[in-house]
Amino acid sequence: MLADFGFGIIIVTFVVALYSVIAAIIGERKQSAQMVESARRAQLLTFPLLSLASGILIYLLVNNHFDVSFVYEVTSRSMPTYLKVTAWWGGQAGSLLFWAWLLSAFTSAVTLRKWERDREFLPWVIVVSSITLAFFLSMNIFFQENPFARFYQTIEGVQAYTFRPTGGVPVTPPDGSGLNPLLRHPGMIIHPPMLYLGFVSFVIPFAFALAALITGRTDDRWTRITRRWTLWAWLFLSLGLVLGGRWAYDVLGWGGYWGWDPVEIAAFMPWLTGTAFLHSVMIQEHKGMLKHWNMLLIILTYSLVIFGTFLTRSGVLSSVHAFAQSAIGPMFFGFIGVTFITSIALLIWRWPELKSETEMKSMLSREAFFLLNNLLFLSVLVVCFWGVIFPLISELFTGQKVTVGPPFYERANGPLFGAMMALMGIAPLSAWGKSTALTLGRAIWKPTIPALLVPVLAYFAGYTNWVALIGFFLVAFVISVTLYDTFRSARARQRAQKENFLTALTRLAGRNRRRYGGYLIHISMMLMAIGILGIELFQTETQGTISKGQSLQLDGYTIQYNDVASWDDMGAGVNYTRAVVDVSKDGEYLGQLYPRIDFYFDSQQPMTIPGLRSTLQDDLYILLVDWQPVSAVGATFKIYHNPLVNWLWVGSLVFILGMLFAAWPDKDPSLRPVRAREHVPQTSAAD
Amino acid sequence: MKRLFWITTLILVLSALATATVIAQGSTPTDDEVNAIAKDLFCPVCENTPLDVCPTDACKEWREEIRGMLADGKSEAEIKQHFVDYYGARVLAEPPRSGFNWLVYVIPPIIIVAGAFVLFRALRAWSQASTTEAGVDEEDAPPSSDDEYIARMEAELKKRN
Repeated sequence: MLADFGFGIIIVTFVVALYSVIAAIIGERKQSAQMVESARRAQLLTFPLLSLASGILIYLLVNNHFDVSFVYEVTSRSMPTYLKVTAWWGGQAGSLLFWAWLLSAFTSAVTLRKWERDREFLPWVIVVSSITLAFFLSMNIFFQENPFARFYQTIEGVQAYTFRPTGGVPVTPPDGSGLNPLLRHPGMIIHPPMLYLGFVSFVIPFAFALAALITGRTDDRWTRITRRWTLWAWLFLSLGLVLGGRWAYDVLGWGGYWGWDPVEIAAFMPWLTGTAFLHSVMIQEHKGMLKHWNMLLIILTYSLVIFGTFLTRSGVLSSVHAFAQSAIGPMFFGFIGVTFITSIALLIWRWPELKSETEMKSMLSREAFFLLNNLLFLSVLVVCFWGVIFPLISELFTGQKVTVGPPFYERANGPLFGAMMALMGIAPLSAWGKSTALTLGRAIWKPTIPALLVPVLAYFAGYTNWVALIGFFLVAFVISVTLYDTFRSARARQRAQKENFLTALTRLAGRNRRRYGGYLIHISMMLMAIGILGIELFQTETQGTISKGQSLQLDGYTIQYNDVASWDDMGAGVNYTRAVVDVSKDGEYLGQLYPRIDFYFDSQQPMTIPGLRSTLQDDLYILLVDWQPVSAVGATFKIYHNPLVNWLWVGSLVFILGMLFAAWPDKDPSLRPVRAREHVPQTSAAD
Repeated sequence: MKRLFWITTLILVLSALATATVIAQGSTPTDDEVNAIAKDLFCPVCENTPLDVCPTDACKEWREEIRGMLADGKSEAEIKQHFVDYYGARVLAEPPRSGFNWLVYVIPPIIIVAGAFVLFRALRAWSQASTTEAGVDEEDAPPSSDDEYIARMEAELKKRN
């Protein structure tokens, strides 16, 4: 009964969303403020409605209503309540509802803003976001992704139906099959919502971009309104990616955080275009240039967001044939096609009006470097996109399935990432407008010298891998340039204002939050790069089967197998096997680690939890691969030595700080001076 | 007697050699040797999980198969080829460089180089156009970016106060 009610609410929300689309279009056509207001209110109504539907689903999940097939698939009696709540996004149907709920929340937040100055955008923002919302809800309603479908016994057996089939008898299984154990990790509880938040919040700048195209108000108003949205979207998406990496590191037991899996890449691709957009939109705000390009980037980002959801949800990755059989695959494909083509058509229609206000003056100007940055981000996108879809193309045309794995991506993207780092160092020192090799050279030589010392020192410290030496130089170069530029500006302010250095620095950063937040993010990326270089280039591993008292050696570490114990926790439905190993390095005892195998009864799946010793220098990552209960053979351990990898997580924390610094709302909500060039031509200080 | 000595010696040497070969063949390859090969292989069932870290029983069997082949003295290439013959090219971490698969390697560089070319042309056209328009030469570019930068900074700060 409650389940039917929940499904009913989804249908009502779908109708309300469609109504808001139609009312907004009619209101705009007839210039009826009343109609537009009606559309706005309809849009606002979707949020409480979907909250109610989601609330009902959570109620069913928490209270073991296994007659509902979704509840059966993702929960079991033994699961703790918080996991039952988060099981909301643990399966396909629920996660589509979750997506829709987030979207309605975000759109409502936008709809509630003051619209006085941008009245003409309102109806179109509603149209775009409500169409997207209706699309996701339609998956729940029409395409077998109803989270409220229930089990019925018919002649064909027990199946889930939205409506009771003729002669069907309701069936309630005694217990659910339980959430995939891999998903029962704190990282997995936060990772999907973060990723989805990032995905969904990119819909907002896209909606404004389309509104700008449709209304012909093609100045940079849309980018100004959505600036913070874009930053938050980017923050969430980045956090989603990082948390996903951490989850993989802690749970998947392959000693790494990123495996170039298509599902990971699906989330990485909108991040690439989003990052390119964040950079190039600054040129539009400063110089009134690249308007076409920014439109294209946000359209691409939106399409990739939907494409990412499509890739992970349609079954297309396992096989093109699975895609054809899945109900939602072709629908997603169609939706991406229609929205992409419509957006591009609108862009072409408004092409002449999006002409640049100024021209590029020099190939070494800040604008030119920003464009180069965009080229690099899109190059990585090309590699990733092609790598993900090639197996599908191959299967389609030759019938042969192939794997495009990590070696492909690493070889292709490595140099691109290196070039990005170089650019990250050079670009902040270039000036807007005119810049020559001479001026750039003069600005750059000072921070380059200390950076050169780093690879030299690293070489003498025993690092002879030339890729690592280049990488270390680039890391040092970017950090050195960033600090140098900040220091230089603070000194300038100190002299001009007669302040002490610290005050000058805080005020400078406080007044240019996006710039210095951006700098902090650049530094955080470099810290992450240290971790990535460390694990990619210097990871070592060994595996061996040893009996109690014996030990394994790796890079100076000695790991002695001490004990193992296995016990059932019937309450949690898990069998734990926990080994105790003593770790010492170069003869010095460091402590014990406890690698585990957790075996989940309900889903019959094992999970390998590493014993981890983490320092800024390196991680020792021990997996219990196998063990024999009654045998002298002992246990098999796999040990990874991951140098420097912790910097990846340190960098992530600095990244969050930088993002918060850049995106935190100003006390004074009025937007800061419009275009820097109107005040100070060609400056590089005031973004 | 002398002949007997030589025959005995020969027999002993030969049997020692034979034993040595048997020992060499019979010695079980280590997990590390197996993983070094398994790292580059993907079983068709566990998509996108390299064989060396895949926890499933099927993958465990594959690793034992690799161990067996290593013990038989097979080379890495032979072992990989064996799996390709049985399960298709999808077991390899990258598509083999042949036929249709070349597309995966050539398309991205072509697009990227084309993109770089278009960008370069556009930048050159823009900067030339602006130079002609403004009638100034690149040589007349602003003074040292340091001075220019600080001067602007100061100008702006004055304006704000």
